[in-house]
Amino acid sequence: MLKIENLTANVGDKQILKGISLSVNPGEVHAIMGPNGSGKSTLAQVIAGHPGYEVTGGTVTYEGQDLLDMDAEVRAQQGIFLAFQYPVEIPGVSNAYFLRAAYNEIRKARGEEEVDPMEFLDVMTERLKIVEMGDDMLQRSVNFGFSGGEKKRNEIFQMAVLEPKLAILDETDSGLDIDALRIVAEGVNKLKRPDRSTIVVTHYQRLLNYIVPDFVHVLAQGRIVRSGGKDLALELEERGYDWLLETAGASA
Amino acid sequence: MTAHSNYRELFEVAAASSAAKDFLPKLKIAAIEQFEAVGFPTTRDEDWHFTSVSPIAERTFRPARPAATSLTSDDIARFTYGQDDWHLLVFVNGRYEPALSSFAELDVDAQVMTFGEALKEAPELLAERLGTLAPAKQAFTALNTAFMADGVVIRVPKDIELETPIHILYLTDSHATNASQHPRTLVVAERHAKVTLVETFATIGGGTYFTNHVAEVVVGDGARVDHYKVQREGGEAFHVGTTQATQGRDSIYHAFSFAIGAQLSRTNVYSKLLGENAEVRLNGLYALEEAQHADHQTFVEHIAPSCSSREVYKGILDGTSHGVFNGKVFVDPQAQKTDGKQTNHALLIGDGAKVDTKPQLEIFADDVKCTHGATVGRLDQMALFYLKSRGIGGDRARALLTYAFAAEVLELIELEPLKVALEALLFERFIPPETV
Repeated sequence: MLKIENLTANVGDKQILKGISLSVNPGEVHAIMGPNGSGKSTLAQVIAGHPGYEVTGGTVTYEGQDLLDMDAEVRAQQGIFLAFQYPVEIPGVSNAYFLRAAYNEIRKARGEEEVDPMEFLDVMTERLKIVEMGDDMLQRSVNFGFSGGEKKRNEIFQMAVLEPKLAILDETDSGLDIDALRIVAEGVNKLKRPDRSTIVVTHYQRLLNYIVPDFVHVLAQGRIVRSGGKDLALELEERGYDWLLETAGASA
Repeated sequence: MTAHSNYRELFEVAAASSAAKDFLPKLKIAAIEQFEAVGFPTTRDEDWHFTSVSPIAERTFRPARPAATSLTSDDIARFTYGQDDWHLLVFVNGRYEPALSSFAELDVDAQVMTFGEALKEAPELLAERLGTLAPAKQAFTALNTAFMADGVVIRVPKDIELETPIHILYLTDSHATNASQHPRTLVVAERHAKVTLVETFATIGGGTYFTNHVAEVVVGDGARVDHYKVQREGGEAFHVGTTQATQGRDSIYHAFSFAIGAQLSRTNVYSKLLGENAEVRLNGLYALEEAQHADHQTFVEHIAPSCSSREVYKGILDGTSHGVFNGKVFVDPQAQKTDGKQTNHALLIGDGAKVDTKPQLEIFADDVKCTHGATVGRLDQMALFYLKSRGIGGDRARALLTYAFAAEVLELIELEPLKVALEALLFERFIPPETV
């Protein structure tokens, strides 16, 4: 589904990603862990097409196509979804309007009919249950005045409505209490399908108790320094990141 | 010989054909004399620093000649917000058109008159009020006073609440090319009276013309006036409008200015808070494109204590347009417990667009709360990326954010059908129809 090869990326003159290679197959859950500043959020945003990063080398292939050649909106229309670490507030645009616009853009790209507001209301009402939110949020402005937990749940709600093929959760767990974490994780699990893949970017192992990964990759200083199964996450929880950083430092 | 002196000649012609009451010629003569004395403002005048009116001053706009209009109700339908039950007074090229107006019988004791009717039916009201709120000190007000030929006079007696909005539609067509109109509005809402007024300035096929409007609004003790102004003049037009209100104690005056038209426009909205505990809200939204220039000046005079003023103005500037906002607040030494808040925000879309903004607070009382805030910005790149990451790209994303910027101030319109209509007007401008 997604094949990243030797990807390098900069912010300004600073190189953040220094040669990332990663393959994600349909149905798989990959966790990307690492200390602050390791480049894990950058990787998530580069896949989604954030204009603030400059890709300087390597390739990213998504369903056989050159992902780096697509605008961010085209990536979304092709089934890529990024749950933001810091969801953006957009006062003046209701969640309902925003989501319907997104939903219809994605349907149009697939050559499907647009849905009318009433039809779409049914879709939204059903998906709200997944994140245990009331329908009053539909008329509120996008993320505006939302608590941290509400913002993260709104990300998962959007994901539930838009049904991406590849979902990337960028530190969706950070700042959540255990109840909110459980709701978010269960939401993600309910949306799992054999043809959908998930990349979970996280600093903590905690989330992975709920969203069980097939693979765990440790990112440090812009490189993947270790990959393994779900047990690697437990080991990291036990030992921290330092032992891997030393290894990375020694090999650099 | 200066350009503005041509107006004396035009004035003599107009005065000769007028059969008005005594007080009116006196007022007009004083006004043309005042106009001759001050001339058109220049950018050396503090109040006109960012706006050059030389495109107006270099021309001489004769008053539009009354001519029978060929416009029909169908032609004007798109300017009436779909509201058949509102009182509608239509003026074409400055002249009242009864055939186009649909003036429902008032079920209460109030007067809504054209200027001509008021001269016959309520000359004492005109004599008492006209020109007292908006004295002809400023050049454009003087010019309006000298040349005013028609307009609307509204008197709502005490304790009367007019539920149905009154819509005055000033239309200009091709017959008024190179001409001017100087319509005048006088509203007197007596004690505990209530009225909602909408004034729309629009064109059907008009070229270069000049609208110079003055409105005087008396808001009596405990009265409430909601006053909406929609300026959608033609792209070649010039528009200057001054609204001057005075407010009695416990009164509410809400003025909303919506401006998308004219190549050059200046909108003044002034209120004088003369009675305690009065409340004024001056809000506005302007959206400019290409080389349009729009200047808004507000002036709130806190004369009495315990009054509040609230102002929210927003501008959207595309192309090489230029916006100006000057918000003046004066607080008299007597006006303790004044509560004033002013914000104005501009969104620059076009690379060549610019905005000049100047809050001006003069506070002579010590126990007051007065704040102002101004921002000028471009579209939020993170918000744009957020929309794109959900599949909403390019023009659509930009249009949505632009519209969202405007929504906050449109929300302040309490007249629901007007709000919906103005939202649609903005939508039309910012969201290409094929993507809606």
